Amino acid sequence: MNLNNGTARIKREILVRLARLQLEGRLEEGVHFVPREMAPVGSEPLRCCVYHDREVLRMRVIARLGHSVEDYDDEKKLAEYAREAIARERPTEPMLTVLDEACNACVRAHYLVTNACQACVARPCAMNCPKKAIKIAGGRARIDEDLCVNCGLCMQNCPYHAIVKVPVPCEEACPVGAISKDESGKERIDYAKCTFCGACMRECPFGAMMDKGQLVDVIARIMAGKRVVALYAPAIAAQFGAAPGQLEEALARAGFAGSVEVALGADVTADAEAGEFEERMARGDVLMTTSCCPAYVRAVRVHAPALVPCVSETRSPMHYAAEIAKRDDPGCVSVFVGPCLAKRKEGIDDPLVDYVLSAEELGALFVAKGIEVAECPARELGRVPTATGRLFAKSGGVAEAVRARLADPASLRASVIDGLDRAGMRRLAAYGKAAAEKAATDANLVEVMACPGGCIAGPSVIANPKVALGLLGKYVSSGKGGA
Amino acid sequence: MADKIKVVVCSGTACFVMGGSELLLIGEQLPDDLKGLVEVEGAHCLGKCRDGHKGGAPYATVNGKFVDAATLPDLIERIREAARESEARGAGEVGDEP
Repeated sequence: MNLNNGTARIKREILVRLARLQLEGRLEEGVHFVPREMAPVGSEPLRCCVYHDREVLRMRVIARLGHSVEDYDDEKKLAEYAREAIARERPTEPMLTVLDEACNACVRAHYLVTNACQACVARPCAMNCPKKAIKIAGGRARIDEDLCVNCGLCMQNCPYHAIVKVPVPCEEACPVGAISKDESGKERIDYAKCTFCGACMRECPFGAMMDKGQLVDVIARIMAGKRVVALYAPAIAAQFGAAPGQLEEALARAGFAGSVEVALGADVTADAEAGEFEERMARGDVLMTTSCCPAYVRAVRVHAPALVPCVSETRSPMHYAAEIAKRDDPGCVSVFVGPCLAKRKEGIDDPLVDYVLSAEELGALFVAKGIEVAECPARELGRVPTATGRLFAKSGGVAEAVRARLADPASLRASVIDGLDRAGMRRLAAYGKAAAEKAATDANLVEVMACPGGCIAGPSVIANPKVALGLLGKYVSSGKGGA
Repeated sequence: MADKIKVVVCSGTACFVMGGSELLLIGEQLPDDLKGLVEVEGAHCLGKCRDGHKGGAPYATVNGKFVDAATLPDLIERIREAARESEARGAGEVGDEP
């Protein structure tokens, strides 16, 4: 599903409204009115009526404030949720929360014969059904739900394209089978299996799969006068069409005491991974995989353990960028800003990273502050990362960064798993098997990106990934930047 | 030859946050009858968000006329209107009109 859809607009409008209220110092007082203002009497309701819309909006506000909606209490005032959010010391797990009230309880994934069925004579649907689940009755093919095993052969064989698959989008998007229905038909996430890739959040047409916001925490720290340092991911500048140095200025105007381009951390990662690759090849390893994508690393640990020994032990660009920030200013509050949900999990597990904001949240803060990134004068960058470090944000970029740092670049045979869908998961298992058996493979460096396209197509981006890819190219080719 | 229909897409921060980047792909999304008639450009903030213009971001203009809370289908509709208008004007210039 396209990321800039109706549910994304609602989420971002809530974020902007909450940020404005908080910056004006009246979040607790004003938050109560947000659902009413967004669904006023007389507006066209999305559900049965504006009152239902408001109740769902109330719960969306609670998630933006960083709470799980599972323990929703309809007697509790939004002001109280806001107060608790501001007073909170740390973000809370799990990173996702499911809004039952919005969940459509989509019917179990199934195949459906539509009106386009001609009850033809050839009847390839019935002829190819391995379970004899299709009968022709009343001028149309009928699927017996009790016999059907959802193999899809009928759909593949129908010459009229009359049979369609009706999926459950979140379950379909989840590459690891972590989502299933409870007894009431609502979706539940098994957090022991979840890799926090964010695919369900991106694909749910009802916006029921939600991340929990951290913007309120970050604004509270800034307003309390803490030195808050932004670590902005290689994918972020392209989200706002910024030239090098412009984001530094925009972040300063937003109240950050400093900023570190995470591409600097990516350079550290790439240097270390190149060294590690050479060592591993020298000792006869079959392959090494990259380790910067946290959804991938978790997917390997939980679902493809045979590949674990091949995962690079090098830490992620976020970690090294946080190290830089804490070395420069040990007392600072470090805030990673990225397009990624899994980084929220990595951040909560990394003592050097205090908060993780999404691109959406940073965008909302800029809007609330009236900051126009493209009109910000570019600041002189103290430390300038390499082009390959900045290109970590796109699929293939990490492998290229490692290659560029090898003594013998030709020794690297790279393979890129561009998106961890179910097919991607099967490839992980295959590489794991090959490595365990010391069998030859097509590649000795496997780059894995959980999001197809790389970080610029992460679940919390604001710019269309195609547009963002162009903007990233411009950002990198504009060189050092600065005034 | 008639002038091209000019589509300006606001690439300001507020418009991007509300999904305005999608509109930059309008060239790829045009139906066949409108292909080649349109010139697309991104612009710095058009300022509409600041004066609280109705509808909200993202904004675009089609031949100078504002579209708010713009989606790709909205833009295609406006482009089609603009194409019809310029066709009618073209016919008028030739003097075919009664």
